[in-house]
Amino acid sequence: MIDGPIISIRDLRKTYRAGEVEVHALRGVNLDIQRGEFVSIVGPSGSGKSTLFHIVGGLTPPTAGSIQLDGHNLLGLTDAQRTELRKTTVGFVFQKYNLLPTLTARDNIEIARHIAHQQGPLDAKFADVLKLLGLTGRLGHKPRALSGGEQQRVAIARAIVNHPAILLADEPTGNLDTENSTVVLGLLRDLNQRLGQTILMITHNPEAAAYGHRTVRMRDGRIE
Amino acid sequence: MINKLVVENLKHRPLRTLLSIVAISIQVTMVLTLVGLSAGMLDEQARRARGVGADIIIRSPSSSVINTSLNMPAGIVGLVKSQPHVAAATGVLTQATDLLNYTTGMDLEQFDKLNGGFRFVAGGPFQGPDDVLVDSYYAAQHKYHVGETVTGIVNRSWRLAGIYEPGMLARLVVPLKTLQNITANTGKVSMIYVKLDDSARTDEVIAELEQKLSTYQIRSMQEYTALFSVNSVPMLKEFIYVVIALGVLVGFLVVFLSMYTAVLERTREIGVLKALGASPGYVLNILLRETALLAVAGSILGILLSYATRYAINDVIHGSLIQAIVYIWWLIAAAIALVGALLGAIYPGLKAARQDAIEALSYD
Repeated sequence: MIDGPIISIRDLRKTYRAGEVEVHALRGVNLDIQRGEFVSIVGPSGSGKSTLFHIVGGLTPPTAGSIQLDGHNLLGLTDAQRTELRKTTVGFVFQKYNLLPTLTARDNIEIARHIAHQQGPLDAKFADVLKLLGLTGRLGHKPRALSGGEQQRVAIARAIVNHPAILLADEPTGNLDTENSTVVLGLLRDLNQRLGQTILMITHNPEAAAYGHRTVRMRDGRIE
Repeated sequence: MINKLVVENLKHRPLRTLLSIVAISIQVTMVLTLVGLSAGMLDEQARRARGVGADIIIRSPSSSVINTSLNMPAGIVGLVKSQPHVAAATGVLTQATDLLNYTTGMDLEQFDKLNGGFRFVAGGPFQGPDDVLVDSYYAAQHKYHVGETVTGIVNRSWRLAGIYEPGMLARLVVPLKTLQNITANTGKVSMIYVKLDDSARTDEVIAELEQKLSTYQIRSMQEYTALFSVNSVPMLKEFIYVVIALGVLVGFLVVFLSMYTAVLERTREIGVLKALGASPGYVLNILLRETALLAVAGSILGILLSYATRYAINDVIHGSLIQAIVYIWWLIAAAIALVGALLGAIYPGLKAARQDAIEALSYD
């Protein structure tokens, strides 16, 4: 266990090219997230939320600045090192669920373990998580046989099966109706409270953002 | 786990999977049928040569295994007969009937001394100079019956005198003198078969004959029949290589298209795997395993189909063709299919492995 913030971001910058145009997606972001915190990030489209999400998740490297994630300095990591980081340190939940359509719910969870070289049966603690997520009787079904809410709950289970340091959720209720949104957000809060799971959630929805301990607002590549 | 994903991915698009397997199987069948035909035809020729019952064969200086049209003076037969330990010797003349068959002219009385003669299933030996004998395979193939007039053999008509059990020298036999006369080969033979009083003296007699007939090809029957291989038939090996190259190309193209489509279709899934921490090697591994499974399934189907082609060629078509099943080529044909398929999977596989995770996740 490392003392201090689990995520520490200083003057983080990201510039990429779109055709011949240079886009400054992040223009000096500073942010600390403590272990066990549930932080919501809100902001209009183009504010840099998704870019920050991708950098924290190790999907793309930053251009400049410093970002420490659970003791790892993400600046200067190679592709292979960022791939390694994603196996166990980060868990993703996406707006469109992104389950593998050919696998059952159980196998969607298992493949995350397989990629992370986790072997053996699921631990008892995770069985409780599956119960909490209401998935116990639905694990044998493929995504097409699951409702949107169920699919997103499977995606949450997949994201935390390897006990990541941080769960990154990108608009996790964006494709859900109000009822299922409430369920999913409630589950995220439960996971945060019961398991101490650190969560960083991007959302447009102020009501969803309110489920977090605090809300960070972004605009024009900076935190307000 | 990865194998489960591979199988489920293939099951997810059953028609594409089936078409890929069938295309690969056709490639495998094509190779197995060609090799089987080569081996079958050569084995059949060797078997018939062994069926003569001779110990030694003498052939003209420049003849090859499949080219028997170069002739030599029949007088040599007398010289051979005069050698110690030679129990019998007879010269035969061969003349191509069509692409796959020879008509053989022989002196039945001399031939009988080699092996006791043909075992007739209908009719009997020559009654006149215009008689022909055929083996039961050829007779069944052409629906011939004893006493009928047979045309088309060396451009003239013959009376079918007898039908004999197959497996002895030739499928079509006519009197030696008749064939010599109508082909302007009077006093000539293509091969001389020699029977010894003691087979153990074969090498000794060959050595003596080589001194007297130094330019002629003199071999033991064992050595001669061992020459009936793909390597001995001019251009056959090259032809097989061409078919193999076509097979690799077909496998390459089929799998390339199939896997390229699969990778495009699964762009978002590849992004998900990468977000979960899958390395490029992991993604490539999935694609290559899928390809290998297609190749294995295609190879198995191809082997089964080669039995169907054998049945068609040997039992339905009756084209004087014999297809054998050459087991060692199951592995070779499967390896060819695998190589072609893996080559076809390389580009789509690398495309998938190099896929940017963020772009892939935003792919619709």
